[in-house]
Amino acid sequence: MIGNVWIHPGLIMILGAMGLPFVKRGPVRSLYLVLVPLLAFFDVSVLMEHGTFGQTTFMDWQLTFGRVDRLSMVFGYIMTLMAVIGTIYGMHEEENGQHIAAWLYVAGSLGTIFAGDYIVVFLFWELMAFASVFLVWFRRRAGSLACGYRYLLVHTFGGLLLLAGIILHYKETGSLAFVMLNVHDPSAADYLIMLGFILNAAVPPLHAWLPDAYAEATVGGAVFMCAFTTKTAIYALARACAGMEILVPLGVIMALYGVVYAVLENDARRLLAYHIISQVGYMVAGCGLGTKMAINGAVAHAFAHILYKGLLFMGTGSVLYMTGKSKFTELGGLYRKMPLAFVFTMIGGLSISAFPLFSGFVSKSMVIAAGFEEHVYWAGFLLTMASAGTFLHTGLKVPYYIWFGKNNCSEETWEKAADPPMNMRIGMGIAAFLCIFIGCYTPYLYRMLPYPEVAAEFHPYSAYHLSETMQILMFTALGFFLLLDKLTPEPTISIDMDWFYRFGGRGFFWLARKPIQTADNEISEAYNYMGLRPLMIISRFWSWFDWHGIDGVVDGIARFFVRLGSLMRHVQAGRVQVGMFYAAGVVALILIAYVVQ
Amino acid sequence: MIVKLIDFFRDRLKTVIRAGYCLLALLVVLDAFVDKHHAHTWIEHYPGFWAAFGFGACVVIILVSKWYGHVKWFGRFSIMTREDYYDR
Repeated sequence: MIGNVWIHPGLIMILGAMGLPFVKRGPVRSLYLVLVPLLAFFDVSVLMEHGTFGQTTFMDWQLTFGRVDRLSMVFGYIMTLMAVIGTIYGMHEEENGQHIAAWLYVAGSLGTIFAGDYIVVFLFWELMAFASVFLVWFRRRAGSLACGYRYLLVHTFGGLLLLAGIILHYKETGSLAFVMLNVHDPSAADYLIMLGFILNAAVPPLHAWLPDAYAEATVGGAVFMCAFTTKTAIYALARACAGMEILVPLGVIMALYGVVYAVLENDARRLLAYHIISQVGYMVAGCGLGTKMAINGAVAHAFAHILYKGLLFMGTGSVLYMTGKSKFTELGGLYRKMPLAFVFTMIGGLSISAFPLFSGFVSKSMVIAAGFEEHVYWAGFLLTMASAGTFLHTGLKVPYYIWFGKNNCSEETWEKAADPPMNMRIGMGIAAFLCIFIGCYTPYLYRMLPYPEVAAEFHPYSAYHLSETMQILMFTALGFFLLLDKLTPEPTISIDMDWFYRFGGRGFFWLARKPIQTADNEISEAYNYMGLRPLMIISRFWSWFDWHGIDGVVDGIARFFVRLGSLMRHVQAGRVQVGMFYAAGVVALILIAYVVQ
Repeated sequence: MIVKLIDFFRDRLKTVIRAGYCLLALLVVLDAFVDKHHAHTWIEHYPGFWAAFGFGACVVIILVSKWYGHVKWFGRFSIMTREDYYDR
């Protein structure tokens, strides 16, 4: 707020994206790339005050673009912060399109976060999907185009669910305000809106778009994608669906589902993508529990997650950027070549694993504690189990098989491997610093949460919690090293729910080719026999009749006249002079006869 | 510097492993002396419960996942499949 003017941070990103093609390449462009997201961050973190802004009337509806309260503030803060980090990390990218797509994507997320009604939510929700798909397409691999279309189709489906829900909701309540739904007695409209949201949160079975697209995205694009879509969905769930009980089991299933697929995964970035599903599971479960502490936990975990998952994608992304490889079976033993990338990735890994002094420790425990406090013990224990799995993969498997383990690098890969360019290091450095800072100085994050008074009561660094966490983590590490043989990466892919629409698409083609086309042929054939044949016989008869009957008469008359004509021609043709001669001769004879008389 | 540090530990792998085992034992022993009035369930009061839980969770996750990935579903296909599966 400057005086009474409220500037939408999303607008800053959109205008910045539109201006980028006109900026001269060189240092000015680098400065511009840092300044635009930084301005948006400054707008949210310093200028903004609570209140309702940006209201406008469109047809019969009152649209609200700026609802600023504690919940939207904390999400706006972390989203713009991540936009700064992500842009710095991807600054070496010469192609303007990638930055424009990323910034519009951020604008979509910010627009959803500050929206006060469902029409604006829907508008920006779609912008997110349509901007982010370009981050997949810009990879320009053989499969990128198809992958992007799959991503887009799934999100269009989710958007339609949301839209259907919004329409029914409007019919039911007469209001489009983006506030809490009827979570205790949900109607079809509430379920549809929730489904639209959880599709973006990647809740199984609506999750397969995430590993599919994130592993296929560009190096810098994946850093953006891992932050914005799912966490904006968490914001929407915290806003509209907090306390919806079905979200608790869904969240727990998510947390474990991601862990299982992460064991099987051979591609580092796909593994991390599956771990997003696992981590977002904690947040979905937190939203489902719906208590003040649980909502705090979900928000805090989203905040921390954006930073450490961004850091992990930056670390593995820098390996991909330098070597062109992201599969464990093509990497290994790189610690001598890429020590900095290793350290940064390790910090991300320790943060996601909730190691004491790292950010995950102070956020994840809040969700689990909320579960235990609500006496939902099964959820608490299963989420704790999933966090053992998190350390197993992201803290141990990823660093071990890229930087240690068996060296599977080809000579070319080994030659190319080195620490990434400076801007990538700076991006990783900022994220790594924040991961540790949040873990060490809890008030920084806790003061921003929606219920700061509840958060202030929560003390993660109790002796019991420390003892519990260290035991779980260290004995997970023991299990990892004892079962190391079992975990050797295999060059495979894992079939997931996308099978249904990938082969479903083929099924549709088959349906079009086989039964429908065959039926079409059969009908043509039948028409041939039943319709065309008799028609041909009849027409042949008429043709014969025409020829011999009608034409016979006509031709007969014609032939008669022809004959008559030729007869006449014989009588007179060509002999006029002769005729005249005879006539003149006769006349002459008669005249002579007269004269002689 | 980082590389040197890593190499330092790698050269003394045996010692590192032994120190690791000592740390594990120490964690379980310490757990017996921790104030547990925050614990929510009776089972958490056993010293070393979370150690067993962590180890068990890790083993179960690995074994179950690998089984899930490798078993022939309906006798026909397994979840882990060749990389060009979708390309044919």
